[in-house]
Amino acid sequence: MKQRGATRTLLVAALYLAVLLVLGSTLIPFIGPYYTQVLIFIGINIILAVSLNLILGFAGQFSIGHAGFMALGGYTSAALSFYVLAPLLAGFGTGGLISAISEPAALAVSLLVGGIAAALAGLLVGIPTLRLRGDYLAIATLGMGEIIRVVILNTDFVGGARGFTDIPRWTTFTWVFLLAGLCILVVRNLIASTMGRALIAVREDEDAAAAMGINTTRHKVFAFVLGAFFAGVAGGLQAHYLQYLHTNSFTFLRSIEIVVFVVLGGGGSITGSVIAATVLTILPEALRGAESWRMVIYSALLVVMMLTRPQGLMGGREFQWSWLLPGFKKK
Amino acid sequence: MSQFVQQLVNGLSLGAIYALIALGYTMVYGILRLINFAHGDVYMVGAFVGYYLGRLVSAGAASSSPSVVNFFLVLGGSMAACALLGWVLERSAYRPLRKAPRLNALITAIGISLLLENLGQLVFGADPKDFPTLVERTSLSVGIVTFSNIQLIVIVTAIVLMLGLQYIVHRTKMGTAMRAVSFSHDASGLMGINIHRVISFTFVLGSALAAAAGILVGLYNPKIDPLMGIMPGLKAFVAAVLGGIGNIPGAIVGGLIMGVAETLTVGYLSSTYRDAITFVILVAVLLFRPTGLFGTTARAKV
Repeated sequence: MKQRGATRTLLVAALYLAVLLVLGSTLIPFIGPYYTQVLIFIGINIILAVSLNLILGFAGQFSIGHAGFMALGGYTSAALSFYVLAPLLAGFGTGGLISAISEPAALAVSLLVGGIAAALAGLLVGIPTLRLRGDYLAIATLGMGEIIRVVILNTDFVGGARGFTDIPRWTTFTWVFLLAGLCILVVRNLIASTMGRALIAVREDEDAAAAMGINTTRHKVFAFVLGAFFAGVAGGLQAHYLQYLHTNSFTFLRSIEIVVFVVLGGGGSITGSVIAATVLTILPEALRGAESWRMVIYSALLVVMMLTRPQGLMGGREFQWSWLLPGFKKK
Repeated sequence: MSQFVQQLVNGLSLGAIYALIALGYTMVYGILRLINFAHGDVYMVGAFVGYYLGRLVSAGAASSSPSVVNFFLVLGGSMAACALLGWVLERSAYRPLRKAPRLNALITAIGISLLLENLGQLVFGADPKDFPTLVERTSLSVGIVTFSNIQLIVIVTAIVLMLGLQYIVHRTKMGTAMRAVSFSHDASGLMGINIHRVISFTFVLGSALAAAAGILVGLYNPKIDPLMGIMPGLKAFVAAVLGGIGNIPGAIVGGLIMGVAETLTVGYLSSTYRDAITFVILVAVLLFRPTGLFGTTARAKV
């Protein structure tokens, strides 16, 4: 049974990768830069939403500093690429084949390091603050996000207040959705594991979970660190796509935007996060011209949702194949 | 030395403004265990109501009436308007969630905060506005310290309002009810206290104080814009945490400490760390003394 599940996951993963590669080489050149950009932002927002959902929706820890981890990961990977990897690649020479191999490799290293930096920050912040509960935690994560932002703003070698420019453009459609898929897979499998059950227990009742022998702080820190890692990766993807970073893109409001994805989609539903991140990335693009109304609509949606359907769009449920194929029932 | 004393005076007048905002946070938290994120935006609305009232008053009176009267008209009008706003917010957004998990109320508060900010940008316009001059700025000097009459007005007004609050909370029936409800909703409900009314009153009181802070900041630093509430709101919240959230004298002391810490940071380090110091204080408090300076530990019963 277990074996079959693993095989199926591998199969789906291989299929997904193949589809991404095909789409990346056929669809992307065809639809032009604007739609590509929208797609890439959707992918980045999916990573952010799913990773925050792990912290907020599954572990029930209210973190509003996700943009801070994103900034840290983004700046770290951008600095690595700009100061180390890009000169190194330039040393290899730029040929069609050489850059086709070396650029993805460099991006992978860069994103990994960015993610690890964010995860380390998550660990450092998480250990002391996750002892706090509820709204104190929210405030602590908010403060931490702002501190990260201010420190970056005052760090000269990543551009400081001028912003970080000339980051190599290595992010592609295929990369973004590959990592979004990876993030979803990791979170999904984690939730189905003992660890995930423990996290949900912590969310439901921290005292009861502790009484059942769950080391609540350790589990919360783990979720926090993993969430921070993916936020850092998302930051790195954004950096290598826009080729420009400024701390203004990582304010408190960005963190709130990610919270909105999770809450509207439904805390504890990966499907919900994906749908909310997709719809809420497309919506402002579709509403261009009504730009100033965008945030009004967002915030009103948030309040109305909380008052009428606090469990969010999906309310903790997940997408099942049987929705599409009625005959495809799980045995 | 004289520079230090000067910074201290500047810090205290800034801190008095933070303290007024922090009072609203701490009262609402004390009674509902809710961080009312929208509170900083009520302060912003207060400043804008003051802006429009101030223009009305100075145009209508053709500068014949003394400026002190104008100041009190604007202050009173804005406090009344925000008291109403606080009542409406509590009634429409927070009351339906009274029995819901606290996280939902917190998210709603954030939503209301964003809503006020963005509606503010639509209604008032996103560009900064010059707060009307209600009182001519003059300088006073005592010994080595120079301060403006505005700073004096800020500090005196804040003290008067705080004394008024102290009177309401400790000497009136409603204040007694507020303290009872913050102690236990259920028990005070059983004693015949109308909890909903008491909570509404708390919001009204806190919002009026925030409006007063908005007017004072308009006098002190006459550039106002719809996003002006975010940072002072956060700082005031940190002030409330520093003083021990739910504790009224604590909020005042916390606010004054925040103000002084901020001006000292700007004066001796760099103005870029102006906002960072807030969060450094916050993290330090949360790590070493989460109950704040005057807070008491509440043991949770399972």
